[in-house]
Amino acid sequence: MTDIVFHVGYGHFLVLAAVLFLIGMAGVLVRRNALIILMSVELMLNAANMTLIAFSRMWGDLSAHTFALIVIAVAAAEAAVGLAIVVAVFRGRRNVEVDHLTTLRH
Amino acid sequence: MDVLTPDDYSAGLHFLGLPLLAWIPLLPLLGALINLTLGRKLSRTTVHVIAVAAVAAAAGIAFYVVFGPMFDLYKHDYGGVGISQSPFVWIKIGGFTAEMRFRLDTLSAVMILIVTFIGTLIHIYSTGYMAHDPRFAAFFGYLNLFTGAMLILVLGANLPVMFIGWEGVGLCSFLLIGFWFENEDFATAGRKAFVVNRIGDFCFLLGMFLLYWATKDLAGSKDASLDFFLLKSAPAQQTYMQSFWGGERLAAAAGIFLFIGACGKSAQLPLYVWLPDAMAGPTPVSALIHAATMVTAGVYMVCRMSFLFATSTTALIVVSTVGLLTAMVAAFMALAQQDLKKVLAYSTVSQLGFMFVAAGTGNWTAAIFHLGTHAFFKACLFLGAGSVMHGMEHGGSHTPGDIMTMGGLRKHMPITRVTFMISCLAIAGIFPFSGFFSKDEILGGAFHIHPPGWPVWYGKILWGGLLVAALGTAFYMWRLYFLVFGGEERSEPAKKAHESPLSMTLPLVVLATFATIIGFIGFPHFKSFETPAPMHALASWLEPSVAHEWYEGAGKPAEPIGEASLAEVKACDNRNAKDVCALPGGEGEGVCDVAEPGAKPACSEPGDTGLIGLLILALGIGGLGIGLAWSMYGAGRGGPSRTVQELTEGPLHDVYEASKHKLWVDEIYDAVFVKPFRALARGLFEIVDRFVIDTVAVTGVAFVIGLFGRMSRWFQNGQVQRYLVGLVVGAAAVFLVTDCHTKPTFSYERQPGGTIHLHAQVAGLMRATSVVKWDLDDDGQPDPGVTGIDLVKRADEVAGEVTMWIDDPVDGKTDKVTRTIDLSEDN
Repeated sequence: MTDIVFHVGYGHFLVLAAVLFLIGMAGVLVRRNALIILMSVELMLNAANMTLIAFSRMWGDLSAHTFALIVIAVAAAEAAVGLAIVVAVFRGRRNVEVDHLTTLRH
Repeated sequence: MDVLTPDDYSAGLHFLGLPLLAWIPLLPLLGALINLTLGRKLSRTTVHVIAVAAVAAAAGIAFYVVFGPMFDLYKHDYGGVGISQSPFVWIKIGGFTAEMRFRLDTLSAVMILIVTFIGTLIHIYSTGYMAHDPRFAAFFGYLNLFTGAMLILVLGANLPVMFIGWEGVGLCSFLLIGFWFENEDFATAGRKAFVVNRIGDFCFLLGMFLLYWATKDLAGSKDASLDFFLLKSAPAQQTYMQSFWGGERLAAAAGIFLFIGACGKSAQLPLYVWLPDAMAGPTPVSALIHAATMVTAGVYMVCRMSFLFATSTTALIVVSTVGLLTAMVAAFMALAQQDLKKVLAYSTVSQLGFMFVAAGTGNWTAAIFHLGTHAFFKACLFLGAGSVMHGMEHGGSHTPGDIMTMGGLRKHMPITRVTFMISCLAIAGIFPFSGFFSKDEILGGAFHIHPPGWPVWYGKILWGGLLVAALGTAFYMWRLYFLVFGGEERSEPAKKAHESPLSMTLPLVVLATFATIIGFIGFPHFKSFETPAPMHALASWLEPSVAHEWYEGAGKPAEPIGEASLAEVKACDNRNAKDVCALPGGEGEGVCDVAEPGAKPACSEPGDTGLIGLLILALGIGGLGIGLAWSMYGAGRGGPSRTVQELTEGPLHDVYEASKHKLWVDEIYDAVFVKPFRALARGLFEIVDRFVIDTVAVTGVAFVIGLFGRMSRWFQNGQVQRYLVGLVVGAAAVFLVTDCHTKPTFSYERQPGGTIHLHAQVAGLMRATSVVKWDLDDDGQPDPGVTGIDLVKRADEVAGEVTMWIDDPVDGKTDKVTRTIDLSEDN
């Protein structure tokens, strides 16, 4: 039992990543605020990054780091664009609840 | 000059590419088509012209064909073959072929003459009677349709074609009885007719199937066809004799089934109940359908199938007994009716009973004879009744059929009165009117003819019963006459009544004329042709088309034809020749006259005096009935006399009530059949319709679908997040399902050179840092230095149990696999 606590192995990283991913996923699925959803997406992306890095360490293969770096770059771009949209929407509507943004639905 | 054969005529008689016989029913059907589709757009006159012309043209063709070619054929002994034409093949299934074949022999010739001639007159009459009805086009369309269906019925050369007409007249009957369907009672009467007829029709079908079953292998190379010629052939007769149920012949079963069909159509016990109610229809309909033509379809069918009925004494007894009971019961019911048309309706039922007694005694020609005469006088009576009611209605009566409010109409409606009187004389059987000849032929036949196995006294019972019915007939008809035309007017409308227009009185006069003279075709001395035996004109005309011998049991000889029987035949001969008076022609013509061997002359030596005695008795019975009616209803100022009142309130009260309430048959049927059926229908409605179909099937399906809808609506709400949930759940499910937790193991393989190749099979991927260890010497510890996924060892090194370890240094896990290597066989 104590082994789990003191002997930190790959499993710990993977579990942490999974937890982060699930928190992010729950946020995406449950919350209606676009800002929170974007934050949750970031959480999921970083969970994925963490998995990549953990496996990279496990296999002793550094090539996974490139994926992680690309993901971070893309996430930054996505956050910039996404936040811009959110801000624009908020300016127009004073409201960024996604279930109210139904103009394009039909 | 060469004699034209039936084949020549069948091939030659065409008009516009269609066989002439097909035109006879086709013309009224065309008229019906026009009037029913375009009739509402056409003027009243146009509709009248189309309807009358269609039937009149059919009548013209019928007269031409019968008196031209058919007569010619008859003279050359082809009367039974006749003309047979088929426009097309109707049904062809497997080994069964039914052509749309029409055949004109002497029997159907009589029928088409009656149907088209009386039909034409009634169409003419209807133009006057229905002059004020708004739905005249539909009415004439139905009338035409009816005539066409009836003509198909009588011209059909096989049972299926006959069945078209059979159903067609049933349909038209329903349409015309319920013609004024705004009145709920009238519509009910129409439905009643239809339902009761269906019962008969069902049995007709059963009989037809039975005959198909019996004769399906008889046609040789050709298909079975249910053609009357095939059914009549000698091999078919043999199959009818085979025993069927309980020692009875097949003919008995088939005959009784067909006869039940005839009971429905011809209003015999126990299926007669629709006919009195059928008076709800317009009066010309009552005349055309319920007196002259449709109801005679059953009689015609029995005569058409005479070869079948002649094979089974049982069937004949059933037919004659039912006929007798019907004749008597209906005559009794007619005694106390207060409605003009109801009396006539029961009279029709009763007269149809007479015809079936004739048919049941094998006296086919008498049945057809009475059918013909009855068609004329009953049509005349009904049309007269219509004329009376027309007059009463114009006089302001609201119950134009109530004979108690009439009386004295002879002053206002002279033509109607005379024609009505003639018809009443005819139906009462008074010489020289037509009913006298035909009814006496039936009575005489019942008295003398004895089918094989038929108790001698039974004919006497039939005869006695018919005499009673005839007495009743004379009484109620003349009661009717005196109440309507005799004495003084008993109501205001009766005083104001007036004679009907020419279009109505003209048919009356024509029909009354025929009702007077038509009987003479049954006059024995009216011998126009040379025939082997002395017969009257109608009998010798019909003789080729109906059975004229009894079919005894197969192989069993008929009663010996000896000197005595021949002498008997001769005696009949002489008697007929020298008897001046009109013989009751039925005393065995058809049987007595047959001279072929195998026939059984069943004429029970009626002496001249006996015959004349019978005749006078029948005449006296008719006179007695009329006299009774006169004394009770005609004497004095007319109307029911004091005697009637005393009798109906005193000793005869119960009898009177029984007659007035028609023996409560309708009530009994209601309690025994209608109510239980309604209860059953109600129960089925509640259980099957309401619960199974409505609740379970309809509402239940809707509920389940709605449930799924509500469930799926949760997913399909248009929000991306909801869909994402589905995605996530689906992905999780995929992971769960494809979970590949295979256990690690290793395989071994014998190689050339006596070595063994061991190969570790790691579940999934193996980490680079993992180490595979082996224990080959079976000491439970990894052998030092023996590592690697693949090992090649000598066989003797690895015998026995081998254990493999996979050590994972990263998460410290070790998988251990032990296998026993058996070198005796490859794996």
